[in-house]
Order: sequence, then C-alpha cells, then structure tokens
Amino acid sequence: MGLSNKSKEILAGPLSKNNPVIIQMLGICSALAVTSKLEPSIVMAVSVTAVVAFANVIISLLRNTIPNRIRIIVQLVVVAALVTIVSEVLKAFAFDVNKQLSVFVGLIITNCILMGRLEAFALGNGPWESFLDGLGNGLGYGIILVIIGFFRELLGSGTLLGFQVIPEVFYQWGYVNNGLMILPPMALIVVAVIIWVHRARNKDLQEN
Amino acid sequence: MEELLSTFMRAVFVDNMLFAYYLGMCSFLAVSKNVKTALGLGIAVTFILVCTLPINYMLENYVLKEGALSWLGAEYAGVNLSFLSLLIFIAVIASFVQLVEMVIERYAPALYTSLGIFLPLIAVNCAILGGSLFMQQKAFANAGVATVYGLGSGIGWLLAIVGMAAIREKLTYSNIPKPLKGLGITFIITGLMGIGFMCFSGLKI
Repeated sequence: MGLSNKSKEILAGPLSKNNPVIIQMLGICSALAVTSKLEPSIVMAVSVTAVVAFANVIISLLRNTIPNRIRIIVQLVVVAALVTIVSEVLKAFAFDVNKQLSVFVGLIITNCILMGRLEAFALGNGPWESFLDGLGNGLGYGIILVIIGFFRELLGSGTLLGFQVIPEVFYQWGYVNNGLMILPPMALIVVAVIIWVHRARNKDLQEN
Repeated sequence: MEELLSTFMRAVFVDNMLFAYYLGMCSFLAVSKNVKTALGLGIAVTFILVCTLPINYMLENYVLKEGALSWLGAEYAGVNLSFLSLLIFIAVIASFVQLVEMVIERYAPALYTSLGIFLPLIAVNCAILGGSLFMQQKAFANAGVATVYGLGSGIGWLLAIVGMAAIREKLTYSNIPKPLKGLGITFIITGLMGIGFMCFSGLKI
C-alpha cells in the first residue's frame, strides 16, 4: 500500500503493543458500560473511532494557533461539537442503539482516549499522522470493546447480535446462560482476563 | 426532606457512579495508588460536582429544555436547544474547574500544591459530566435535589476510590501472577467491589 513505514507503525501500534485500553489505560469508563451486548459495542467503537480521528485532525490543524493556557477548553469544545454530530446521527439512524447507549454517547467527550491522544499526539504532529493515530487508537479501542461484547453476549445471553447461537439442544441438556455475565462487574473481570492473556504473551509489558 | 435524603442515599450506594456506571474509571485507576492522594482527588471531584450540578440544572431548565425559554416571551416558547446541552455542560464544567483552580491558587497556595495536579484532570473526569447528564435524564424537581444528587454521587465516588486505594496499598505485599500485576489485578478487585455494591441495588429508598 502507499503508506510509509512510520505511518504503518502509527496505525498498527495501538492495536496491540500500545493498545489504548489495556496498556495506556485510556477510555475504560465507556469500554465497560456499553459492552453487555455486541451491537452497542460495535456502534460505540465506530463512534469513538470517528470522533478521535476527526478531533485529532482538527486540533492538529489548529495546534499553532491555540494559546497554551486555554487549550483544554478549546479541545473540549472541538470534541463536544463532534460528539453532538455523532449523537444526532445516531438518533436519526440507529435510535434503538442510541437508547441503549443512553448517556454514554455524550460521555465520549470525556473519554480519556480523546484528551490523551489530543494532548500526546495531535498537539505535536501534522494532520495526516494525527488522523492515522486517531484511527489506530479508535480501532485498538474498538477491538477490545468487540472482544468484551462478544464474550459477554455469548456467555450471558447465548446470542450474538441478537441471533441465537447456542443450540436449543444444549438448554435441554441442562445448559444455563450465565446471568452474571450481563451484570456490569463482569466486564471488569473480562478485561482483566484479556490483560492477563495479552501480558502473558508479551512478557516485556509486565509490571514489577 | 425525605426526598433529599433518599436521593442522597441512592446516589451514594444504589447508583454509585463507579460501581454502577463505571464513570470516572480512568482517574480511579490512575490515582488510587495511595490513600492520601485518593482522598484529595475524591474531595475535589465532590466539590466540583456539588458546584456544577445546580448551575447546569438552571441552564437545563431555563435555557436548554424544550419550552424552557418561555420566560423570555411567548414567541420563544417553542424553542428547543437541547442538542446544545453537551457543549454547554462541558463548557460550564471546564470553565468552573479553571476558575476553582485560579481561586485556590490565589487564596490557598498550600491546598493548591497538594491538589494542583488533579484539578485539570477533573475537567475530563467522566463522573462530573455523567452527573450532569444523569441529572438531565432524571429530571429532578428543583435545584436543591440536583445539588444533593451531586453531593451524593461525589461522596459515593470518594468512598470507592479511597477503598480501592486502601486495598491497593495492601496488595503490594501479596503474591500475584506476574501478567496480572498492576493493572490486571486492579480490574479484578474493582469487579469484586462492584459485585459487593450490587447488594445495595435491591434497596428501596
């Protein structure tokens, strides 16, 4: 493809080695609350990716004109405007999912991924790199969200995207859905397991 | 009075910001390494929640909500500005945090040095914006109830972060599988605490 090595690194880094959720500890709040089903997880992942990528571009274009003291307010306003657009789009085209996500669409504004990437990357890099960085981080966040949503919906309700996956026979043999998986605290445990697996495979990431 | 008390208790235990909605998780995980700083951040969050909720409540009910502008005259009665609420709420919160920072810096330099680093962090703490958004969703009867709700959610958050910090201080001495150390075990403990807090969810107050 036409991407240089550096661009590839910016795009692919956040997917695993530098994942926003499980390594940088950013954006955890929403990663946990919306993942009891697969569908809202996917919608949330797409929304956050779009907002991060475009916020990164806008802040990167403005980076030389923003006074340092008020930069947080400027960043918040840019992000809030983008989130308002996303929220109106969701209301128009995916009303049911929007209802399920409730306040968490609005809370994309305070999703730490946004502030973290804007502060750490967009303020010091050009628009194209910032766009790739936003895209990469959004996707990294999305992967984790989809994994959590997948396991919670599969084990908790036996469905995926609303379709029955576990065959009816299993239930007749005595299989029972694990109701605990639907409850919010289990999201944390699933994340912990993901971290465990990820760090067991990448020894250099382990903490002392 | 009864309504205030029940709103308060619900906000602290039943609808705990952290364990029921996961708000403010990022700073919760980052700052819960020792009890003292956790307490400082908890107090700062509570303070900002108590101050911004009534302001946002007023804005919501007299400016943003559908028909809220009718006090300006009959021709404004149909105006619905609620799509602006995200922008307005976050602007109020961010500017209030900045204001508090300046006031504390000017009049209480000692407090400023101990809290200083947390103050800018608070503007992007989801618990604060979450408080305003839940306030909008729950449509409280008056600004007093909204303030009490803010106080309650702040104190619930404070309890959670202080408890977590205390547990993490003890964890330093325990034998944890290597890949789980640090972040992993913190998640598991938060999950377990969340399950504990769920026993409040059946309470009718």
